[in-house]
Amino acid sequence: MSIHQKTKSLSSRHSDLADTFFQLKVLNGRERTDARFPPFGAAIGLAGFPHGRLRPTGIDIFQMNVGKLCNQTCSHCHVDAGPDRKAENMNRETFELCLDVLSRYDISTVDITGGAPEMNPHFRWFVEECTRLGKKVIDRCNLTIIVANPKYHDLPEFFAKNKVEVASSLPHYSALRTDSQRGDGVFEDSIKALKMLNAVGYGQAGTGLNLNLVYNPSGAFLPGNQAALENEFKRQLMRKYEVSFNNLYAITNMPISRFLDYLLESENYESYMQALIDAFNPGAVAGVMCRNTISISYEGYLYDCDFNQMLDLKVSGSGTHLRDFDFEALSTRDIVLNQHCYGCTAGAGSSCGGQVTDN
Amino acid sequence: MAKHYFDPEDLKKFGNIGDWQKPMADKFFAWYGEVMKEGALTEREKSLIALGVAHALQCPYCIDAYTSACLEKGSDEEQMMEAVQVAAAIRAGTTLVYSTQMMNHASKMTM
Repeated sequence: MSIHQKTKSLSSRHSDLADTFFQLKVLNGRERTDARFPPFGAAIGLAGFPHGRLRPTGIDIFQMNVGKLCNQTCSHCHVDAGPDRKAENMNRETFELCLDVLSRYDISTVDITGGAPEMNPHFRWFVEECTRLGKKVIDRCNLTIIVANPKYHDLPEFFAKNKVEVASSLPHYSALRTDSQRGDGVFEDSIKALKMLNAVGYGQAGTGLNLNLVYNPSGAFLPGNQAALENEFKRQLMRKYEVSFNNLYAITNMPISRFLDYLLESENYESYMQALIDAFNPGAVAGVMCRNTISISYEGYLYDCDFNQMLDLKVSGSGTHLRDFDFEALSTRDIVLNQHCYGCTAGAGSSCGGQVTDN
Repeated sequence: MAKHYFDPEDLKKFGNIGDWQKPMADKFFAWYGEVMKEGALTEREKSLIALGVAHALQCPYCIDAYTSACLEKGSDEEQMMEAVQVAAAIRAGTTLVYSTQMMNHASKMTM
């Protein structure tokens, strides 16, 4: 079944929100809404981080956004990815700069995201090079890419051969909840892809091939308890489809890009921001992912996280590109904060690896 | 003073019931929290029960609160509607089962 796209990219719609500076104005109550909320820096100051400043604990994860090209146009996408975003793809030279940094520093994990990262023509070569360097590789896979075209059908075997950890988006075990966020037909194709991953050993005990699902709410509400959601997903996916997986990561939707557009259009923006602020958990601040991650754009610029990247908030300091990668300076930088950061500190906290506290 | 009942904003004031009788409110909220925690039933299952009861009692605050809770805890539309159907079926059943009383009484009075 082919996918019926849920929406169009903000970019192709010529939306004001395609401009990252405009998004920051909305988040600070200066465009589209006059709703203003306490500054995030003040909140973390109260949480015990002096002067509202947050610094890294190290750089353990090298997260690369290799492009905005995607076979899906999900309604919540913080990257504003889609089939029309063909121009924004990492080139070979930038991949080589990444390999140079990875070979010089003890950074254990390479986390590859997009768009659909597998659509980048250099993807497989790069994964193999990372494996050769002894890095742990995570691929953030939308699942449907595996069945989208015959040239991607062997991705499960490729992942298995390189021991790639697969982190797959699946917002629900029901077709209605999934397709309402990701497009009609996505659920059916996702189940087919999950079965293909299971068939080569992913999500099966004793194989060492990790298949983790990424849950994010398909609407203006916060994720519930991660362990409870994982149990229910495991039970339902096995019962209905005989699909198994390792862990479920519950991620909060950040109020940026297309999810911000959805919040504004559905008149949920103020109540969603207030829900994030009401759920602010001081205990979650210490574990947010920007403290051990560096995020790289398709052009080779450096960011504190993928969300800052999508708001074009580059790392503080003078070296903001891979060419000027300074491990020591980056390890002591001040992390750039703004109002969207409330998304990572709500409830049990949120990161690309799911919740950051034990509730 | 609002000129309508059931302002959604009033739900946020629920905790204020303690302003006029704190010991009882404290006991209520402590008990309520304990009841809704995971036990033999999961929080998701308890939220579905609460959603059904909210409809049976026709409480707009509870319907909003437990629609959100059900979604947050991972239920989908089909499960939520089934919970409401259960509440509706029990309500209808309780009306209909009273008809046995009517039938008993009518049988006694008629030839």
